[in-house]
Amino acid sequence: MSSGAVVQFGYSRHPDQECPSAAPAHHAVVVVGAGPVGLSLAIDLAQRGQPVVLLDDADRIGEGSRAICFSKRSLEYWDRLGVGARMVDKGVVWNIGRIYHGADQLYQFDLLPEDGHKMPAFINLQQYYAEAYLVDRVAELPGISLRWRNKVTALEQRNDQVVLMVETPEGPYRLAAAYVIACDGARSNLRQMVGADFDGQVFEDQFLIADVKMTAEFPTERWFWFDPPFHAGRSALLHRQPDDIWRIDLQLSPDADPAVERRPENVRPRIARMLGHDDFDFEWISLYKFQCRRMKRFVHGRVVFAGDAAHQVSPFGARGANSGLEDAENLSWKLVRVLDGSSPASLLQSYDIERSFAADENIRESTRSTDFMAPSSPAEARLRQAALALGRDTAFAKRMINGGRLSVPSVYPSPLSTPDGDAWSGGVVPGASLVDAPLATRDGAATYLSDAFAAAGKRFTLLQFANGAAIEPPADVAVIRIGESEPLADRAGLLAKRYDAAPGAAYLLRPDGYVAARFKHPTRAAIDAALARAVGEVWS
Amino acid sequence: MTLSTASNFAKPDDAFRLVVEAHRGLSDETSAVLDAALVLVLANHIGDIDVLREAIAVAKRALTDPAAPAAGAA
Repeated sequence: MSSGAVVQFGYSRHPDQECPSAAPAHHAVVVVGAGPVGLSLAIDLAQRGQPVVLLDDADRIGEGSRAICFSKRSLEYWDRLGVGARMVDKGVVWNIGRIYHGADQLYQFDLLPEDGHKMPAFINLQQYYAEAYLVDRVAELPGISLRWRNKVTALEQRNDQVVLMVETPEGPYRLAAAYVIACDGARSNLRQMVGADFDGQVFEDQFLIADVKMTAEFPTERWFWFDPPFHAGRSALLHRQPDDIWRIDLQLSPDADPAVERRPENVRPRIARMLGHDDFDFEWISLYKFQCRRMKRFVHGRVVFAGDAAHQVSPFGARGANSGLEDAENLSWKLVRVLDGSSPASLLQSYDIERSFAADENIRESTRSTDFMAPSSPAEARLRQAALALGRDTAFAKRMINGGRLSVPSVYPSPLSTPDGDAWSGGVVPGASLVDAPLATRDGAATYLSDAFAAAGKRFTLLQFANGAAIEPPADVAVIRIGESEPLADRAGLLAKRYDAAPGAAYLLRPDGYVAARFKHPTRAAIDAALARAVGEVWS
Repeated sequence: MTLSTASNFAKPDDAFRLVVEAHRGLSDETSAVLDAALVLVLANHIGDIDVLREAIAVAKRALTDPAAPAAGAA
């Protein structure tokens, strides 16, 4: 069995290791864990001009494909980090999912039923490719010190800094940081070091994950089966990945013996039954029990937790890696503002509030999906059976059939948001993330709002629908002006439609692309007040 | 009035979970009593014998589901 595209990195000694133990090198930010979340966060910080040290206890990536479904929101984020096109080019794009019961299709869903978005609803891409591309991007940027085989073994919180003990092949050294961001995964060492709990629900059912290599002509869609003919009484999931790799998830019974079930000779007949042939090779086999749990708080003094280290979900819904990337996107700009003194340290509490809300939502959704797949009582099994049976020909029951509710960004109930003062019918509410739309430049070239936002510098940005004189924005707030005689035009009218925007309207976007406030007829005073709130100067 | 089988809940998962949660911790027999009580309460709320008759017909189709497993994945 091949182990996928393993990339090996070398350990190299850093001058910080020469510092005497009593006077360790001091950095503003140390990120622990060079997975998708830690790498993305480091890139984001570096692009904002914030130098960062990134530590990882391993020196290779590529042990199994692991996370494979990356959401539109993650792709939009990665696009701003300079790796979006590479991910999409390599990835397998999909928008359609199908739900089967037995041999019959119950329904299909389209996760991106409208045009005019730069990014698709999802791509499937092996996590090792995503990580490799992120590592390449890290190398292009000044300001990131990526240190492989640097394992944090102890952590000491002081009032003004955190001191880490770091183990390397050449022995330990100490490292001080104003903030430490723990992106060290579900089994986070740092979480244990701060003594935080990590409570939640463990699911008894086991799931077999197999990546198989084969040439097949299945369409590029997400297929989910309840009680398929090839795997009676349980569920199955099929996803396509690049390089002719297919991800297959099979639900097993709670009492299946993991040691026996993961043997290739026992997995093979299961997969052959599903595919109807035996012409495939294994890339990766793994057996999982799922847990949905989270830390009570993501901010522990000067140590901030992100990704699986902070919260863990079952994989149905692609809410693991994607929510971790949303954490990074949410944290990066806040951390930079706190470090440069333009916002109070309390701004980080909004990370805890917003991302806790998202974690609860992700846990709720993925728990419901997992419960639906593996009912825990006869009564629940009967309700599920009824929904599946009624789902054949009633619309209401189809919508109750839960084969995974796929990751969409949360709408934050946030202290940073200014509640609407005007009457809007739709649009993008404060606390929600930027919705893309097609635009045209003055010379007629096609572009997107997401491109305009990235070009505006990933700062606070005022999206203005031109109507007469422009409002002079506050200092360091970028402006995107939309109109026929402006740099960008909304020729298709989709931007105005998606933002419920008449000429004169304006949206204040945060540096992470979330809406802070919106106005039908903005005044400079209203924008100033919304900005003060969004940067944490005024806590609502 | 005719029976609506359109999806009427804004969040159908919430409704499904609410019913599931109502059964949590009940014995199988008690669960069946809860279901029966719930059916009568909802039938009365609908208050239309023709709709109820139609609902019973739709529900009975679930009993002949060819894909129904012999046992749920409990």
